[in-house]
Amino acid sequence: MKELETMLELKKITKMLGDKLILRNITLSLKEGETLAVVGPNGAGKSTFFKCTVGLLQPTGGEIILDGEVVKKKSAAIKQKIGFLGHESFLYNNLTPLENLRFYGKLYKVKDIDRKSTELLKEVGLYLFRDVPIRSFSRGMMQRLAIARVLLAEPKILMLDEPHTGLDQEAVALLNRIIKEKQKTGTSILIISHDFEQVHTLADRVAILKKGKIVDTVQLNGEMGLAEMKDWYEKVVMGA
Amino acid sequence: MMTVLSDALTIAGKDLRSEFKTKQTISMMAIFAALVILVFSFAFDPTNNAVKAVIPGLVWVITVFAGILGLNRSFTSEQENDCLTGLRSGPIDAASIYLGKVLANFTIVTIVQLISIPVLFVLFNYRFTGSLLWFVLIILAGTLGFIIVGTFLSALSANAKNSEMLLPVLLLPLLSPLMIAAVQATRIALENENIENAIAWLQLMSAYDLLFFAACLLLFEFIMEGS
Repeated sequence: MKELETMLELKKITKMLGDKLILRNITLSLKEGETLAVVGPNGAGKSTFFKCTVGLLQPTGGEIILDGEVVKKKSAAIKQKIGFLGHESFLYNNLTPLENLRFYGKLYKVKDIDRKSTELLKEVGLYLFRDVPIRSFSRGMMQRLAIARVLLAEPKILMLDEPHTGLDQEAVALLNRIIKEKQKTGTSILIISHDFEQVHTLADRVAILKKGKIVDTVQLNGEMGLAEMKDWYEKVVMGA
Repeated sequence: MMTVLSDALTIAGKDLRSEFKTKQTISMMAIFAALVILVFSFAFDPTNNAVKAVIPGLVWVITVFAGILGLNRSFTSEQENDCLTGLRSGPIDAASIYLGKVLANFTIVTIVQLISIPVLFVLFNYRFTGSLLWFVLIILAGTLGFIIVGTFLSALSANAKNSEMLLPVLLLPLLSPLMIAAVQATRIALENENIENAIAWLQLMSAYDLLFFAACLLLFEFIMEGS
């Protein structure tokens, strides 16, 4: 059987902010088509880890390799391959959904932006609101549009920072359906989440980040139940 | 280079589209400019010939202070929904963010000048007899320098708690050489004096523009990393 290629590789990543060591020697890899969830208590360094991976922060030590290339601040070609869904939507309140997608589409050099934007708006259920400025949108609608924004450039790796936060059941189901479709097409996915249920539903592998270190990883692959996963997390994090 | 330019145009287009929809900043700037002109037109007697000497200074007072109102919004508007992170995580150079903002701010301030300067001339009963070409060139060079430095400092101060207060404090001292040159050159162009004298001031303004443009373009990346 053909060995899957590594899409993302973090080699001995350290990050200092001021005089604080936030990330300590993180080594982690994500294979093509794999979904990895990073969980951990508050203040463990998850956001910093994510910012380094996306290229928003430069690690103090170590290197991040994405699709065979080292991630640096200026690597536009690499950033093109990343679909980053953050805490916030990154959308402009005065613009309509269509205008927001056109803007990001142009920045990501997407071809046939109008057709793709229209298709994505239909997919996330916002087509009827395509010409309404988004300032009146609910958190759920914003997140749907943010998902469309991320998918517009057809990224090779999706990086999702607590994507289920504040979503209603319908939006959660929509997001999960989209993530599962992406998994089938071979997109690698890195999720940071506190929502164990969603992590269990979506991830192939879970890693625990504690005090800036990856302290344990476990392969889910449908063999580990949700309760078992929670027990494992508690044991590792709380030392129970 | 072409990619940086096309990304900058995309960002400027987005900013202008957003501004023309709400007209929030442009109307605020135009109202401020109108109030300044109105107050000064009552403070000075427009029939007095000596008052004409105030006009070059007023042109730049309006430009700088109305412009600061717009510059304050330039980067703070990107903080809504953390849009700046969206731009920074995208496949674009930090220079294109800066260039895009400079283009958008320059366009907005130029529009305000197009409205306010004729109003200033009318209310001060000033009949333009100078060289229009030189006047326009001087206004453009001065405005560009102001926007180049102002946009950079607006990005720098956007994360500060009192960014509205910090921006003028940082900006006005840096603008002094440019504004001295701009006021002098404007006076010469308006009074139809020997234009050679204005050229020397214009050269100083161009050197200021080029120097600060290069410095701001290079340093902008570090501001973005810290935001």
